[in-house]
Amino acid sequence: MTGNMHLGVEEPIRECQYNQICTHNSSPMDTPHTKKKKIKRKWQVFPGRNKFYCNGRIMMAKQTGVFYLTVVLILVTSGLFFAFDCPFLASNLTPAIPAIGGVLFIFVMGMLLRASFSDPGVLPRATPEEAADIERQIDTANGPSGPGYRPPPRTREVVINGQTVKLKYCFTCKIFRPPRASHCSLCDNCVERFDHHCPWVGNCVGRRNYRFFYLFILSLSLLTIFIFAFVITHVILRSNRTGFLSALKDSPASVLEVVVCFFSIWSIVGLSGFHTYLISSNQTTNEDIKGSWSSKRGKGNYNPYSYGNFITNCCAALCGPLPPSLIDRRGFVQPDTPQPVAQTNGTGACPSNQVQSHMAATNPLLHSQPIILGGGAPLQAKTSLGGPCSTLGPSQASLPSSIPGLSCGGELMALRDSEIHCHHHLHHQHFISPEETPSPPAALPCATHLGHHVHPAQLFNPASQDSLHEDSVRGLVKLSSV
Amino acid sequence: MATEFHNLQELHHSASLATKVFIQRDYRDGTICKFQTKFPTELDSRIEKSLFEETLKTLNCYYAETEKIGGQSYLEGCLACATAYIIFLCMETPYEKILKKISMYIQEHNEKIYAPRGLLLTDPIERGMRVIEISIFEDSGSTSSSGSSPSSSTAQ
Repeated sequence: MTGNMHLGVEEPIRECQYNQICTHNSSPMDTPHTKKKKIKRKWQVFPGRNKFYCNGRIMMAKQTGVFYLTVVLILVTSGLFFAFDCPFLASNLTPAIPAIGGVLFIFVMGMLLRASFSDPGVLPRATPEEAADIERQIDTANGPSGPGYRPPPRTREVVINGQTVKLKYCFTCKIFRPPRASHCSLCDNCVERFDHHCPWVGNCVGRRNYRFFYLFILSLSLLTIFIFAFVITHVILRSNRTGFLSALKDSPASVLEVVVCFFSIWSIVGLSGFHTYLISSNQTTNEDIKGSWSSKRGKGNYNPYSYGNFITNCCAALCGPLPPSLIDRRGFVQPDTPQPVAQTNGTGACPSNQVQSHMAATNPLLHSQPIILGGGAPLQAKTSLGGPCSTLGPSQASLPSSIPGLSCGGELMALRDSEIHCHHHLHHQHFISPEETPSPPAALPCATHLGHHVHPAQLFNPASQDSLHEDSVRGLVKLSSV
Repeated sequence: MATEFHNLQELHHSASLATKVFIQRDYRDGTICKFQTKFPTELDSRIEKSLFEETLKTLNCYYAETEKIGGQSYLEGCLACATAYIIFLCMETPYEKILKKISMYIQEHNEKIYAPRGLLLTDPIERGMRVIEISIFEDSGSTSSSGSSPSSSTAQ
């Protein structure tokens, strides 16, 4: 059944250059005219809004600007620490300090890259036959409907461990979502055990990369505390010898590091604490925000997925088996296989070529689709989204229940206070509204931030459209397709 | 009424696809991978109920094994974490090993049991672990029409 068609030797190093990938791929527009049979890999025809690198080995969300910021912040702060503080500390205290710092740093970067580059647990879309089969089942279940009659929302109920759970139908992916799965409007994919979409990591956090995400924030907390503590130690030791002001003059980098670490610690340690709580109770951020298993919903409402005790829950989340990716990104597309419906509110005819080029691309990315749908898509997807954005309003009151003082949106680094951070996110082009808000804030500034999110799309359409258009004109296209 | 084929090759060459039946997931035990064992009516005339149910039970057992949480999986998990998960770049995860076993099992059963009856099971991994797709083939020469109302099992 599988045609044994190898494209030859894999050349991963060469293929990591974005230019070359861009020029090798042909747009689907060309294929009817060229008689050559070009075998495509599945990532090239992937219907979601993801970006793929290294010939499908790396998978990220569409907007990765904030991820690069995260990387830069960690690299710069750690770099300054190793360059300016470690020599002093190694010679005056112990060389174990840079050694431990080095190990921590490598672990942090490793976990970050693993969390960012893995498939979070994307569910492939239904094949046309599956979709038709489900439609038939739904129609028979709902009964005949007249023209103009809007069918009720499609749900199925299932009893799991004594709790009734509603399985919702995803209109984009044409499947009934498994329990705990949710559709990410930013990536336009259904993700298993969906936690949240993290802009700092540049990817969704789901079943397959949650443990990497958790280990990343945990190790980053340790690294931040480590750097903070030892930079302070360094400054104190120096001040004892030469006085405080000249100590600062001798080691100016330390000031920057202290500032970065000080503001990061609050958010990152808080986030780690929050996720530790989630892991110990076997909940996702999504479920916690919606209060799905909160006792406030009613008596007898409990989490059916919890194993009952905190240790088993932790072990299951962190040491449980790691399922393989279901989307087979590097597999070859079978020429006679009908592709799943790529109905992503605007991608329409040209689902392929998610690869982007950062360099001035020879062909400004292939399909300059109208960009308005960038704002429209999240809105449309919201109707089928079981995610936090649609329920943020009513559940707002219950948000602070389980969270210690957190600032909104994933980890915070080097930003003065949460209000600025929130506004920064509002004005930032890489605005990640619906899935970003899941880290519920307790502070007031973020409540206003949440309020803003009621009309995110309208606020941003013109701005993003203009700047993206500008980008494409310059040849630096940031979006592949809407 | 059952069409007869001698092997998988013959199935592909001389048969035409009549319809597909989808066995959905059974979520009553949570998010673990398990398929409903209800026997679809379309297969009534094609295969014995017991045979089919046995296949499904075996598959469910295999999948349960993949998601089993116990001493061994913890050890593997901790070891992987200690090596910063680099170890999984070099070797197969236990999950993948069992999935390979499942593929072979399905292929074997297709050849021995299902193809002779004009049926073909698709490995669920190719459908995102959502369904077991069973293709029902008709012999192009035969006049039987079994591809009627294909509403498969809907029970939770």
